[in-house]
Amino acid sequence: MAGGPPAVEKSSGRTAGGIGRGRALLLTPAMLTILVFMVAPLCFVGVYSFLTPGTYGGVVWEFSTEAYIQFLFERDFLDETLVFTSSYLSIYGRSIGQALVATLACLAIGFPTAYFMATRPEHQRNVWVFLVTVPYWVNLLIRTVSMLFIIRDEGPLNAVLQAAGIIDEPIRIAYTDFAIGLGLVYSYLPFMVLPIYAAIERFDFRLVEAAYDLYADRWTILRKVILPITMPGIVAGSLLVFVPSLGSFIAPDLLGGGKHLMIGNLVALQFQGSRNWPFGSAAAVILMTLVLIALMVLIWLKNRNRVEGR
Amino acid sequence: MSDRDETASAVEIRNVVKVYGTGPGAVRALADVSLDIRDNEFFTLLGPSGCGKTTLLRIIAGFEQLTGGRVFLFGDEIEGLPPNRRPVNTVFQHYALFPHMTVAENVAFALRRLKRPEDEVRTRVGEMLELVKMSALAGRRPLQLSGGQQQRVALARALAPHPKVLLLDEPLSALDLKLRHAMRVELKQLQEETGITFIFVTHDQEEALTMSDRIAVMSDGEVQQVGEAEDIYERPINRFVADFIGETNFLGVTVESILGDRATCKMADGFAIECDAVGAPPPGAAAHVSVRPEKMTLAAPGDGGPACRVKRLVYLGTDTHYKVALADGAEVTVRVQNAHEKSISFRPGDAAMLRFDAGAAKLLVD
Repeated sequence: MAGGPPAVEKSSGRTAGGIGRGRALLLTPAMLTILVFMVAPLCFVGVYSFLTPGTYGGVVWEFSTEAYIQFLFERDFLDETLVFTSSYLSIYGRSIGQALVATLACLAIGFPTAYFMATRPEHQRNVWVFLVTVPYWVNLLIRTVSMLFIIRDEGPLNAVLQAAGIIDEPIRIAYTDFAIGLGLVYSYLPFMVLPIYAAIERFDFRLVEAAYDLYADRWTILRKVILPITMPGIVAGSLLVFVPSLGSFIAPDLLGGGKHLMIGNLVALQFQGSRNWPFGSAAAVILMTLVLIALMVLIWLKNRNRVEGR
Repeated sequence: MSDRDETASAVEIRNVVKVYGTGPGAVRALADVSLDIRDNEFFTLLGPSGCGKTTLLRIIAGFEQLTGGRVFLFGDEIEGLPPNRRPVNTVFQHYALFPHMTVAENVAFALRRLKRPEDEVRTRVGEMLELVKMSALAGRRPLQLSGGQQQRVALARALAPHPKVLLLDEPLSALDLKLRHAMRVELKQLQEETGITFIFVTHDQEEALTMSDRIAVMSDGEVQQVGEAEDIYERPINRFVADFIGETNFLGVTVESILGDRATCKMADGFAIECDAVGAPPPGAAAHVSVRPEKMTLAAPGDGGPACRVKRLVYLGTDTHYKVALADGAEVTVRVQNAHEKSISFRPGDAAMLRFDAGAAKLLVD
């Protein structure tokens, strides 16, 4: 008996260690992919942002903070003095605003959709999930161009509205901020629907009955029971929509007609037209930093809530 | 309603019918159920799964609509009122505690919905947690609690808003045996202390017998019998009730004659049994007589009872259970208390005679 407990401990320790190493191995392919195709390029971008632009694109290996200075200041042609400019900042502000609006719109459309899907009989749910993913069978570029075709001045949407007598002459939808928002919502809506769907599907609807029994009306049940419990899905969906919306460039480029630059267009432009790789890199680094800060604030808020006990 | 008696029952159920679905696929869950549940009563709805007891509870709570009939709560008709406007609360089978709220927040939930002043909420939550002995864990989340503790929180949560009637849907079924036994006593105490009418749903006849003031035995959407525990056990009105409550033996008989309130029945081997004639079928009809195992003993073969042969026995210390076969092959269980020195008097294979008092036999219509 005396030798028993240590032996058990030893063997269980070994088993746990074995499983741990085994599981770590399972992660290796994913980790390698991330390392090669994400971490490494990010490092390049970070390094490039501190270099000098080459005349025909590319970079000259010479340290410079010019890219970051250029982001906030305009250099006078003649005397090289720095004058503060908000033109790039306003692109960021507009992008953040646009992404926020798109996220809220996705949430407003996505939550009821997900709720509907998750409350169907079990065998029907998979069909609905499948239907939500159907748009992804078509390339994003083609979907965006089709949308442009529908909303343009002489397009079907205006024709229908005119025929219905709602408007007298075509209204301008294409090449507006509204069109960009429409494109973003259309592109990223499934990213909002699916995590919320997963959260609501896991939700125990007996809690709704309990709340109803305890004198809560429908609105209170939604606010005090369903929303707090499905919040992880809502947060996940919002992140999955907000982050790509912030850096998106197909929708602003095509639907916005490139008139209103968003961060994605700004970065793309530096690598194509302007051939200023360091500045494009700096713009990307600044975007990434903003997203990271937003995420950290979110995590901090979540932890604070947990400690305080809601 | 105003035309009803002021001293009305806590819950009055009149000709309630519940049918799920329509057309050929329709399922009848309740067929013309009528019950009167008195104020301050621990009332149990007992029956096997699918008998309609939970449906009836959900109708009182407001989760199900009636197909027909009426339900009154202290004289007021409550059909049409949604659950959040009925002064009844439910303890759910799986508790349904809000996982994102602490124990105290769970208990305060109903009071906050009723817009009670915050200091009253705090006082009441404190009282309720005290009542179920959970004060020390007020800040915990439901997932950090054991099954028994969750059960207590669910009770406190449902009792906090002073419901007129508390509905309990198999609340003990998720607990382990020992805890279940302890909670029976506590539930009964809680009911007596609070003076609230409890309507308790269970499929466990022992639970029903030990806690209830009155029991309604249900089967197949109908109430079979309503009465106190002893009524139901000692004077079951039909074969279903006799079989469902406790253990019993059914002896096949033919009704021989009925004289006043006494009926004489004959077993296949000719042995005559005298029993109460209430509800007896006419002479000549085949019927069954129910005799509880503890009301029979074994004796040496003779004329005082039907002959039998011991097939096997189980010695349990306080009791010995004999399985014996009658002349027609029917098996009967006899439970003999080992109150005497020689506890095992018969061995498998022994010939014996069944003995029971005339009052122990209940004639039941098949």
